[in-house]
Amino acid sequence: MTTELFIQYCFAGLTYGSIYAIVAIGFNIIYNTTGIINFAQGEFVMLGGMISISLLPFMPMPLAIASAVVLTMVIGALIEIVFIRWLKDPSVLRMIIITIGISILTREAASHVWGENIRALPYFIGNEITAISILGARISPQVLVVIGVCGLMVATLGVFFKTTSVGRQMRACSANRTAAVLCGINTRNMVTFSFILSAGIGALAGCIMSPITYSQYDIGTGLAIKGFTVAIIGGLGNAGSAVIAGLLLGLIEAFSVSVVPLAFQDAIAIAILLIILFVRPHGLFGSSEAAGLKEF
Amino acid sequence: MDLLQVDKLHKRFGGLQAVSDVSFGVRSGQIKAVIGPNGAGKTTLFNLISGALPSSSGRVLFKGQEIQGKKPHQVAQLGIARTYQNIKMFSGMTALENVMVGRHLQSRSGFVSSMFNLPGTRGEERLIREKSMELLGLLEIADVAHVSATSLAFGQQRAVEFARALAMEPEILLLDEPAAGLNMYETAEVGRLISRIRDLGITVLLVEHDMSLVMDISDEIVVLSFGQKIAENLPAAIQQDPEVIKIYLGEE
Repeated sequence: MTTELFIQYCFAGLTYGSIYAIVAIGFNIIYNTTGIINFAQGEFVMLGGMISISLLPFMPMPLAIASAVVLTMVIGALIEIVFIRWLKDPSVLRMIIITIGISILTREAASHVWGENIRALPYFIGNEITAISILGARISPQVLVVIGVCGLMVATLGVFFKTTSVGRQMRACSANRTAAVLCGINTRNMVTFSFILSAGIGALAGCIMSPITYSQYDIGTGLAIKGFTVAIIGGLGNAGSAVIAGLLLGLIEAFSVSVVPLAFQDAIAIAILLIILFVRPHGLFGSSEAAGLKEF
Repeated sequence: MDLLQVDKLHKRFGGLQAVSDVSFGVRSGQIKAVIGPNGAGKTTLFNLISGALPSSSGRVLFKGQEIQGKKPHQVAQLGIARTYQNIKMFSGMTALENVMVGRHLQSRSGFVSSMFNLPGTRGEERLIREKSMELLGLLEIADVAHVSATSLAFGQQRAVEFARALAMEPEILLLDEPAAGLNMYETAEVGRLISRIRDLGITVLLVEHDMSLVMDISDEIVVLSFGQKIAENLPAAIQQDPEVIKIYLGEE
């Protein structure tokens, strides 16, 4: 393998990897406050891309993206308020099935609104053939935008959870719900807020990846599976290791192209998911004691 | 007027009358203890006051306002803080961060400004941090502020819990067996801390099994047995009460 090809694969892997990481972080945020896996997480990514594309004729791109993110956050809040909030002590299984239902519902609604056409936002810098040279490899600037924005999102979330009052309250809810209530925290609002936050980061990822990966009404499912794989590899509820696991999966997929046919790319992710679930169900970086305390 | 008033409170679990017609008041500034044998209904009583359980009938009045039927986080927001018998720490957070969570009620900045870390909230964040540090100092655990809360010794975790409850600036603190699981030395420490909390002007209502602690620090004692109040008096009088001696030591 030449150096150029190696670098090319690396960037491809990092691009997809950072998207997977964002989807996995979305899973983790909701998992931490509710104990459920929100299988509609991929739909947030789809909605972000599709809404921004629809808004683009009416406004400049940054505004279209911002509006798409805000709208998706509103949808996230509505989903939680309509389908989850009023449930009294729901079982984990019931909530998961509800999220699968929401995912199907959203996808069908999207296919009616946008049809089955493949769309895309234009490239943020230059166009399809603009490329910059890094160590001889030719990289689209959009790739750097994706990696940069995802990195920024992860850093911002880190600061948010570490140094703000709301962030601390969310961590408190996931660490010990009873104690959070004792501190006067309305845990239901925190659950709604976690849906809003997950929807927001998913939607932003959906916008920035759109020029490279395209947007279509049904891209959510595939992303949800990849994101779920990453969340499991990293250990459920662990946002930091989701980043490492995401990049890892992205790189493995990218390099696998040089060994197996492209069609096998998804099979590789699912094979890894199965191996992890069999061998190390608490994830590569999670501790088994912590996993033992969790419901799911 | 009593700060907290329990009025003819009943709680029935199926056929079991866990709390039966219990009434008493807690005056502002005092330490009041609820004692009684296992299964007397002490923890149930606490759960009724703090909103963790709905009562079957009766009223709970805080500053003259009825609070029964409110949700636990609403009761907490009114100024009634409580601790559980089992220590409930936020794992993955330092002692200081645990206390800072308790402080959030005093934070005025909303979701949006907090998310974007605006300058106003940064100043507030500093205030929260300073006040929380001060409380850790008051409870003599400032030296472990940056240690993960769940790795602290039991007695220290108890102190972190007190600090977290105090961070809410409550008017009354409900302590459910604060000395449970502590050794003699730590129990004495906790007693000292509770007296210090009272000296801050915070009323304390506690459930406790450790008689030496209860007799030491309480201003008044309520005795429960099988869900009913059988005595309410000063500690010295409670120690002489034949009815109380009977339920603790059995009949002669």
